[in-house]
Amino acid sequence: MLVKPELGSLIGAIVVLAFFAASSETFRSPGGIANWLDPASTLGIMAVAVALLMIGGHFDLSAGVMTGTTALTVGIVAGKLEQNIWLAIAVALVIALAIGFANGWLVTRTGLPSFIITLGTFLMLQGLNLGLTKAFTGTVVANGISAAPGYDSAKAVFASTVTIAGQPFRIAILWWLLVTAVGTWVLLRTRFGNWVFATGGDEVASRNVGVPARRTTITLFMTTATAAWFVGTILAVRLTSVQANTGTGNELIYIVAAVIGGCVLTGGFGSAVGASLGALVFGMTQQGIVYLRWDADWFYFFLGAMLLLAVLANRLVRRYAEAARR
Amino acid sequence: MSTPPPPAGTPLLELRGIGKDHGSVIALDDISATVRAGEVTCVLGDNGAGKSTLIKVLAGVHHPTRGQVLLDGAPVSFSAPREALDAGIATVYQDLAMIPLMAIWRNFFLGSEPTTGWGPFRRFDSATAKEITRRELAAMGIDIRDPDQPVGTLSGGERQSVAIARAVYFGARVLILDEPTSALGVKQAGVVLRYIAQARDRGLGVVFITHNPHHAHPVGDRFLILNRGRSLGEFRKDQVSRDELTGMMAGGQELAQLAEELERPTGS
Repeated sequence: MLVKPELGSLIGAIVVLAFFAASSETFRSPGGIANWLDPASTLGIMAVAVALLMIGGHFDLSAGVMTGTTALTVGIVAGKLEQNIWLAIAVALVIALAIGFANGWLVTRTGLPSFIITLGTFLMLQGLNLGLTKAFTGTVVANGISAAPGYDSAKAVFASTVTIAGQPFRIAILWWLLVTAVGTWVLLRTRFGNWVFATGGDEVASRNVGVPARRTTITLFMTTATAAWFVGTILAVRLTSVQANTGTGNELIYIVAAVIGGCVLTGGFGSAVGASLGALVFGMTQQGIVYLRWDADWFYFFLGAMLLLAVLANRLVRRYAEAARR
Repeated sequence: MSTPPPPAGTPLLELRGIGKDHGSVIALDDISATVRAGEVTCVLGDNGAGKSTLIKVLAGVHHPTRGQVLLDGAPVSFSAPREALDAGIATVYQDLAMIPLMAIWRNFFLGSEPTTGWGPFRRFDSATAKEITRRELAAMGIDIRDPDQPVGTLSGGERQSVAIARAVYFGARVLILDEPTSALGVKQAGVVLRYIAQARDRGLGVVFITHNPHHAHPVGDRFLILNRGRSLGEFRKDQVSRDELTGMMAGGQELAQLAEELERPTGS
């Protein structure tokens, strides 16, 4: 018998979809679909990377604020310093990779919980985002991105729309689908994916059979950072002005999406498709509640309930897999 | 290492006067033993006798302070577990052999995954991996229902057996088993003993570490008895009975004394 980690989130997504589609005509119209797929897409790109990291046995609390760091970098280099936007995007990537490497290196060197290490990075980046934005712009906003050279080509890649059946859809949705497919392929079909499961499942045992656990962990942190760079760039190019507090607080939503998608908090089990479905549930609920004219407060209640359900279901999976020890 | 070929009758692995100090504490002293292809050498000893230290020397985790390890008659010195593994010495640790949440076939190839395709499309050849896992386990007489099931659903004995099959498949010539039967019930232990015999019959030299003479005696060809870091000698099967093994392990006199103490008071 094979337990699919994403099964729970698939059922959840179908139930949520059926509920809102049945109760709101706007929700099921092409315009409505484009509307709820949009928040799901940027969240989903992050959730896939965060899910890989969680399967590898770690958390990254700095993932949310890092989308802000990269977006602000694009904003300051392209908007304030008036450089080519592609250069700004490249600078943001280098910074993101450096942060990811630092996170991974600290976690593997010290053996401390990644929770506490990345909480430190999170707070530091939050301070830097505000401090540096103020130092460069004198305000808490980095703007003027659309005036930078190369903006049109960057917009085509990161922030254009694709029209299907007369309805424009954000291109981020396509990137999200691609990231989910690549994440799933890497996880299930490559050596690296096998090492991710093993490192998260039992690090000592995997080292004993020759898995490069340290390298795997550092690569995973750099993957999360790369995803944050990608989403940060999408935000910067789409909005053309970036608030200094962008992304702060989202790190927990990524983790919620990954857990709804079947990731076990202790590592070693989960799925990229599941995390994407978790993000989809999030997007559908966020917009669906608006369409039903409910108070938006109910959104967080609902999200919390989904999370609890998911954690309880995941616990059963782990019990099953460990039932017959000895 | 293969030139020149070792003379006939050279043991696969030989320990000569091995000693290991941890600071000023002598953990092992003057241990000599031989492991031959197609034979099982049992290392017996009570807790604290030095069994784990000896495994770590053989597996390349520790460097011996004194003495020599000879592989095919030539002295070797390992500075990492991977080097011992590459030389054909595989160690199956009691609890740290498998990842419970991963499928059997993923565990089987963990760290040595076969790949197919090229460049960025190089991928884990899962079809081959599943096929080989099924075939190798069947060849060892291990009956698993489905290679896709997580290792955590296997019993302890089955897990040890899969770990043994894995070591055999990856070209181990010397197989070191760390207490493979100690946590198991009688029936499960029997299953593992059968696989030890299987590995032996395939021509491997097996080092079987245990504190249970009842498990060691039926399957062993040679017995090395350790007591407080020292060797009480190496015996061939025809030189020693199971009761003598038990006696030596516990330090015969102590056991006799204990038996006397525990006897019910007679008379009054």
